Amino acid sequence: MTASGHEVGRPPAVGELRRAGAEPVLEVEGASKSFGAVAALSDVSLTLARGEIVALLGDNGAGKSTLIKCVSGAHRLDRGTVKLAGETLVLRSPMHARQHGIETVYQDLSLFDNLSVAANLFAGRELTGYAGWLRQRAMTTRVAQMLDELEVNVPNLSAPVGLLSGGQRQAIAVARAVTFASRLVILDEPTAALGVRETRNVLRLVKRLPERGISVLIISHNLEQVAAVADRVVVMRRGTKVGEAPPDAEHHDRIVSLIVGAQSGPL
Amino acid sequence: MPDAELAVSASGGSARARSAVVARHGTGLALRALALGPLLILAALWVLLSILSPYVFTTLNITNLLQASSVVAILATGQLLIILTGAIDLSAGAVVALATVVGAKLAQSTTHSGIAVIAAMLATGATVGLANGLLIEKARLGSSFVVTLGMLSIATGAAYVIADGSTITGLPRLVDHVGSDDVGGVPISALVVLVFAAVIALLTARLQWGRWIYMVGGNRDAGERVGIPVRAVSISVFVLGGLAAGLAGVIQAGLTDSGTASSGFNAELDAISAVVIGGATLTGGRGTVFGTLVGALILGTIHNGLNLLSVNLNWEPIVLGSVLILAIAADRVRASLETRLRLRAAAGSGS
Repeated sequence: MTASGHEVGRPPAVGELRRAGAEPVLEVEGASKSFGAVAALSDVSLTLARGEIVALLGDNGAGKSTLIKCVSGAHRLDRGTVKLAGETLVLRSPMHARQHGIETVYQDLSLFDNLSVAANLFAGRELTGYAGWLRQRAMTTRVAQMLDELEVNVPNLSAPVGLLSGGQRQAIAVARAVTFASRLVILDEPTAALGVRETRNVLRLVKRLPERGISVLIISHNLEQVAAVADRVVVMRRGTKVGEAPPDAEHHDRIVSLIVGAQSGPL
Repeated sequence: MPDAELAVSASGGSARARSAVVARHGTGLALRALALGPLLILAALWVLLSILSPYVFTTLNITNLLQASSVVAILATGQLLIILTGAIDLSAGAVVALATVVGAKLAQSTTHSGIAVIAAMLATGATVGLANGLLIEKARLGSSFVVTLGMLSIATGAAYVIADGSTITGLPRLVDHVGSDDVGGVPISALVVLVFAAVIALLTARLQWGRWIYMVGGNRDAGERVGIPVRAVSISVFVLGGLAAGLAGVIQAGLTDSGTASSGFNAELDAISAVVIGGATLTGGRGTVFGTLVGALILGTIHNGLNLLSVNLNWEPIVLGSVLILAIAADRVRASLETRLRLRAAAGSGS
């Protein structure tokens, strides 16, 4: 195990901030979190540039979910800091994170199966008139536009979301996050339950986010899938960051061995 | 479902897209017919009864039916809000009794002002509802079943203590007017039901708060993640449910010109039955005010029909229970049909 919390291999050079002139959007420093006697995260540091897509890889129990829950406001760090666009934040709740432009797509999707596509996309942020009167027509029109822009095909916007296919549900959860995010979208295993074509569609949505200056943190345990979209891969193991690399063919074997713990150290 | 959002038609002009639109319209009609399920049951009951008895559609009988259904209709509308969030209120019937006793006692001892007495009865209901909500959500006792079961006992006991075990007669004229008079054959209590149900229908189908009620019942965790005030929404439905029980108490007291601790006995079970027969699910997130009113009318019609047919009253609970179980079975069939129709619609659109 290398000294965690430090960039391994390459220094965090300007080259890492892939896009020209990109400033860091998210800076996590020395993040630690324990649940009872179990250290779920120890001293993890991570930086995301504006418009950068970073994949967080690791086996079950590596601490990926704990890390993103700390960034999305679901958990509070025991030690360490989270900076957003240079400003240190103590995120109190997922709502608080949303207010700062961080949107999360949870593994369970957090959809309301009993409600329509439009109701789900605007959940908690309904367009309203006087006395909380729902502007249903405006929302439906806006939703049709949103899905059109994202090239998401949902046949019937008034159908309950629970009756849509897995891929459509996933697309709606992702669409909700990317529409309202202004800085960062966090995706927890976004393609875990999807078929090949549906996976491709979700990854296509993700890939287009940097065009709008939005950064992406994507959790996965499938290197092949994220390799197609990520600028950089960060590997976690047993609550620490064990390495990072661009997800190219040159580094493939090395990343795999880091995930399974066969070796650690500079890439 | 509170979504009146329009289905957005397929953008392409191809024949396939057009046939998909046609298929969707057909499926839409079928789905709408399914949503009318409870109404069809009610219509069938009326047809059956009109064959069996010549008195069903007389003005007097319709007035009776509406009047007798109004207490359950109001209770059921309040109960619907609570059930939509996935909770339940077992104390509603006891609160009706408590409200009648509070109103009667007040009229007997303090004031003859009808408005003051009605306000006190409504406040009694809302206060008990607030207590239910706070115990469940603020004290984090969680289970509405157990908390409201306890409250059922407390409210019943309080009613007996206040009335000292007897029936207190004599309520202000305004209360009697609301409970037992009619305007051109339409009972005032039925008009009260209409106004109250219209307000609640507006809340659930058109207002953001109502949308949130469906969200709390649909997926409470997701509700918290998207920033809905989940606890406040839950407390609010208990307050409205309590208010509804207070209002039902006003009608009940006016109907008998008295307050008694045994009134409203088991009324919450009728209300829950009406909500379920009206198509709501006890797990929350599904149900409408319209369906609930139809459910209450179905119960009222059965009660009324058995009276007209001079069936021994002992049989009534058996019939009502059987109808409830049949309604749940019918709802299962409806749900599976609906799923199949919707899946076909989704597949038919070529996505």
